[in-house]
Amino acid sequence: MRETVLAVKDLCKVYGNVVALDGISLEVQQGEIYGLLGPNGAGKTTALECVEGIRRADSGSIDVLGVDPSRQPRKLYDLIGVQLQTSGLPDCMRVDEAMGIFCAYHGVAARYELLERLGLAEKRHSQYRALSTGQQRRLSLALAVAHQPPLLLMDEPTAGLDVESRTELHQMMLELKEGGTTIILATHDMAEAEKMAGRVSILVGGRIVATGTPRELTTAGSGLTKVSVRSEQSVLGNDGVAFPAVSQCALKEGYAIYYSTDPAPTVSAILGYLDAQNDRLIDLRVERPSLEERFLEITQMGGAQ
Amino acid sequence: MTAFAKHFAYEFRSGTRNPSLLLMNYLFPLGFYLMMALIMTQINPAFKETMVPAMAIFGALSSAVLGLPGTLVAARDTGIFRSYKINSVPAFSIVAIPVVTTVFQVLVVTALITITAPLFKGTLPAHWVNFALVTAVMAFSFSAMGALIGVVSTDSRYTVLYSQLIFLPSALLGGLMMPMDILPASMQRISALLPATQAMQAFEGLGLGRQAALDPWTSLLILSASGLLAFALAIYLFSWDSRNTSQRGHPALAILALAPCLAGAFLL
Repeated sequence: MRETVLAVKDLCKVYGNVVALDGISLEVQQGEIYGLLGPNGAGKTTALECVEGIRRADSGSIDVLGVDPSRQPRKLYDLIGVQLQTSGLPDCMRVDEAMGIFCAYHGVAARYELLERLGLAEKRHSQYRALSTGQQRRLSLALAVAHQPPLLLMDEPTAGLDVESRTELHQMMLELKEGGTTIILATHDMAEAEKMAGRVSILVGGRIVATGTPRELTTAGSGLTKVSVRSEQSVLGNDGVAFPAVSQCALKEGYAIYYSTDPAPTVSAILGYLDAQNDRLIDLRVERPSLEERFLEITQMGGAQ
Repeated sequence: MTAFAKHFAYEFRSGTRNPSLLLMNYLFPLGFYLMMALIMTQINPAFKETMVPAMAIFGALSSAVLGLPGTLVAARDTGIFRSYKINSVPAFSIVAIPVVTTVFQVLVVTALITITAPLFKGTLPAHWVNFALVTAVMAFSFSAMGALIGVVSTDSRYTVLYSQLIFLPSALLGGLMMPMDILPASMQRISALLPATQAMQAFEGLGLGRQAALDPWTSLLILSASGLLAFALAIYLFSWDSRNTSQRGHPALAILALAPCLAGAFLL
């Protein structure tokens, strides 16, 4: 059985009249990438900041490998690496100086090879203000992992990154995971969460309203599978024919789209109908609902699951 | 210690890399010194006798009271302290390193002023060891006050306000431009409340070997006590984050740093 790296229980945090966290609980196991999803103001960043020891929760408990962030901050920062959503370094601090200073504070040798790995070798002597947003994010990641923490917390890590940088970052996250690092990923990007996270929690209004693997979450929704069909003569969709298990039908960009509760008989019937109409199939796609669709479904319901 | 030393080395270099720090640490005080040495010595020849300590104090006020607080406030507001915190940088280092750095910047400027003073017929210190001691105490005391202003300022507008509350009276009444003993008695009492006055009295009595209006050793003691109190309060009141308002004490506690000066004013 894998070790529990992070255990959060009944965590609450209130700012004035605003309940930022309303009793969230979660457990993250060693070596997994755990996604925290939620709309703006859902409490993702507050939850992470409590785990990071930046904020103190009003009630509840946090355990990071046996360490309470609010009581043992120095021990905590040897166990976690953090890529903050909004963080900065002094404008005139050079990349190599940042690596040297922070590694020294962590008590480890400076890991300049990480700068090369993250495409910052040429910027090693550049000041922070001369870096692009993507380079600043990569430097932040390099600093977060330089002391090889067992838990890495990433808040919107790919915001502002171009496609290439995002792919590189995802690759590095997978390598860290392979090496045994546990990653908590707070993101708005559903595709990123679906691709990277083994398990996901969706926060709405400071509460966790759904937890599971991306597949579990999507199949726990309305259960409708999307069947998109394109044919030579486009006989589908216009003729009012009903197919088994289909609850909704639409036409979009030359495709007849059916939402089915049981795709096997639906597909079989569609193919039979096309054959009977002497129409030839060009394209057929059967897609389960995406995490994004499930996320929208949950958040539009206000998390009332 | 390696981490502290590396961090200090960076901060010291940033004193010339950062344009606003370069201005406040070097360009403004040395430019003002040149102007005063060229003009004031013509208008008031007696100024030559106190030019070195007066300009050293002015340089310290510029670096520590005008320059240092703003960098702390900006660093807190832009999330730099949050980055430091998650990277294991202790709060003590965040306050102490700018203070130590500013002390060194002040020593460099004071050395430049002292070395070049003979070019303008400025009087050199009579007691070099005492002069160095007063310079070091003054640099630390002013830098600690600058750090305290930075720590308690909620934003840059308050930083400017608090800094000017120290800087302007110090420049005008601290004995830098005119001797304290020619001020009216009531103004002398107000003047004695200023750390710059205590520094000037210590320089005059201990460094230049002149008759000072206040006992120079008492002035040095007051300056040291103010500096130590300011430093301790800056550490105590430090907060990592402008969005996270939890503080260990009320910012008004910062006024305690001036308590030794207040006591000094009663002793006058």
